[in-house]
Amino acid sequence: MTGIELPQSKESPGAPPRGREKKLGARDRFTVIMMVTIPLLLVLALVWVPALLSVVLSFGKWNGFGDLDTIEWVGVQNYHDIVTIYPAFWPAIQHNLIWLVFLFLVPTVLGMLIAVLLDREMRGSRFYQTAFYMPVVLSVALIGFIWQLFYSRDQGLINEVFGTQVDWYGDPDINLWAVLVATGWRHTGYIMLIYLAGLKSVDASLREAAAVDGAGEVKTFFHVIFPVMRPINMIVIVIVVIESLRAFDIVWVINKGRNGLEVIGALVAQNVIGEATRYGFGSALAVIMMLISSVFITLYLRNVFREERRG
Amino acid sequence: MSTQTRPPATEPTPSGDGATRKPPKRADGGVLSKPRGIVVTVIVALLALTWLFPLLWALVNSFREYDYTQANGYLSLGGWTTSNYEEAWSRGNFGLHLRNSLLVTIPAVLLTLWLSSMVAFVLARFSYRFNLMMLGVFLAANLLPPQALLIPVFRMFREVPLPMFMSDSGSLLNSFWALILVNTAFQMGFCTFVLSNYMKTLPREIYESAELDGASVWRQYWQLTMPLVRPALAALATLQVAWVYNEFFWATVLIQQGNKLPMTSALNNLRGQFFTDTNLVAAGSIIVALPVLVVFFALQKQFVSGLTLGSTKG
Repeated sequence: MTGIELPQSKESPGAPPRGREKKLGARDRFTVIMMVTIPLLLVLALVWVPALLSVVLSFGKWNGFGDLDTIEWVGVQNYHDIVTIYPAFWPAIQHNLIWLVFLFLVPTVLGMLIAVLLDREMRGSRFYQTAFYMPVVLSVALIGFIWQLFYSRDQGLINEVFGTQVDWYGDPDINLWAVLVATGWRHTGYIMLIYLAGLKSVDASLREAAAVDGAGEVKTFFHVIFPVMRPINMIVIVIVVIESLRAFDIVWVINKGRNGLEVIGALVAQNVIGEATRYGFGSALAVIMMLISSVFITLYLRNVFREERRG
Repeated sequence: MSTQTRPPATEPTPSGDGATRKPPKRADGGVLSKPRGIVVTVIVALLALTWLFPLLWALVNSFREYDYTQANGYLSLGGWTTSNYEEAWSRGNFGLHLRNSLLVTIPAVLLTLWLSSMVAFVLARFSYRFNLMMLGVFLAANLLPPQALLIPVFRMFREVPLPMFMSDSGSLLNSFWALILVNTAFQMGFCTFVLSNYMKTLPREIYESAELDGASVWRQYWQLTMPLVRPALAALATLQVAWVYNEFFWATVLIQQGNKLPMTSALNNLRGQFFTDTNLVAAGSIIVALPVLVVFFALQKQFVSGLTLGSTKG
């Protein structure tokens, strides 16, 4: 921390200082309660209650039109159906996994490398940074449209250059990869930015010490810089996992998540705003998503809380 | 190094802070030898051009006639026109959709910043037992996949009646209010986290003297803390404008009335059932990208520090 005395600024685990709060007058106490309660109600009503309801609904069969008493409770039937007879489920899981692995292997590694390269005095470094993170401000759905200029069968650049006739977005064997390249275009800049910020905070003296010791570029990176970036690596892992689990926008604009582009996020939406509304079934899919993400959310929160306590 | 989030130190573009830190680190050209430095520069430059290419390609072809590119191929040059923009603007009805996007984005961002700054203030100013749990409730909400909440939210919104002057759909579904509320609920976690970290770096003495002057908690928040966290608010506002403007999932599922869709979703209007004119789509894409690109270039510094605020702690 800074040199300023902060007598009660932090909660020390075990014995939080409670003296200050007692001094608050009735009006101030009301203010504090309102300041927290209004935002809290909003987040409870629109995130936590729905999350809970998703779990409840996942044990029922409901087309969503009738009242709540038209729900037919079927136990774990939905989950059973999903893993046994729902044809889109396992492809979707597989695609989300490929998505995850790809994001890690290509854009994340590339973003990290670019960050390391840019983190030195280089002419036009700012220009390069801008080039890499400009796609980050674009929406993923929009990126799907922009890449159509490369991927279109009749009007796409790729087919024109190579004289091929491939429908990059349409062919179920390759459209996932086409989509991943487009997504990776955006993701790389994001990761670069996060690492770049992290690298700036690496103490310059550490590098110098390594240089004086005669450590090479690569060695310095792995032994000095990489360990310092540990907390950032953690955040990047969580971001990548959550992003690949959430994948939705780009596949939805292409073909609503069908025909080679099945992902879990799109399957949930199909069961609500598709031809058939199957709320229970869709909820069960949603709960599966929630379970996977909760593992990583917990990891992330533990990381944050550790920092908070230490702070 | 402090464990607090300190925006000046996290900015990739060196400002005042860099002046004191950078030269000793890199005065001798870093640890790179000169020839290797050139190789690295060339590699980075090539990569950067590759990264710019998709947008440039869209930009160039948005100004070309479809008939010309069909006859001569995309690798040719010529057929310049602005008619794609005119046609895209009218066929996509972007005037209306831009208005929709603004009507959702601006209130949502203001509401998010206001609500989360209040929570952040309480979390930073007081040390209650529930502080950490509270932060967890907001932050985790930010990370949950939105699809996981879709069904209950969708159904709830259909049940909530709205008077006609608030939404002609008569319910929260198909109304801008729905998008404003949902976006706010989701984005509050990140903003609360960043703002409370920022507020914790403020010296406590300012509150002590404010208390001596008899300033109420509300006045401490509104007149003391808020002006001091303006840089963080600016960074978050820039980022949130881009995020809410780009938000696609909730807009797709909660808005089914075509005339209420925001910008991105409206791009679909440019695609035909069997045939799509990619030059037209390119013009539409540029139109959709333009507002957020303008914000990005005007407020680049805020944008970058906003993105890195929450992710780099120490």
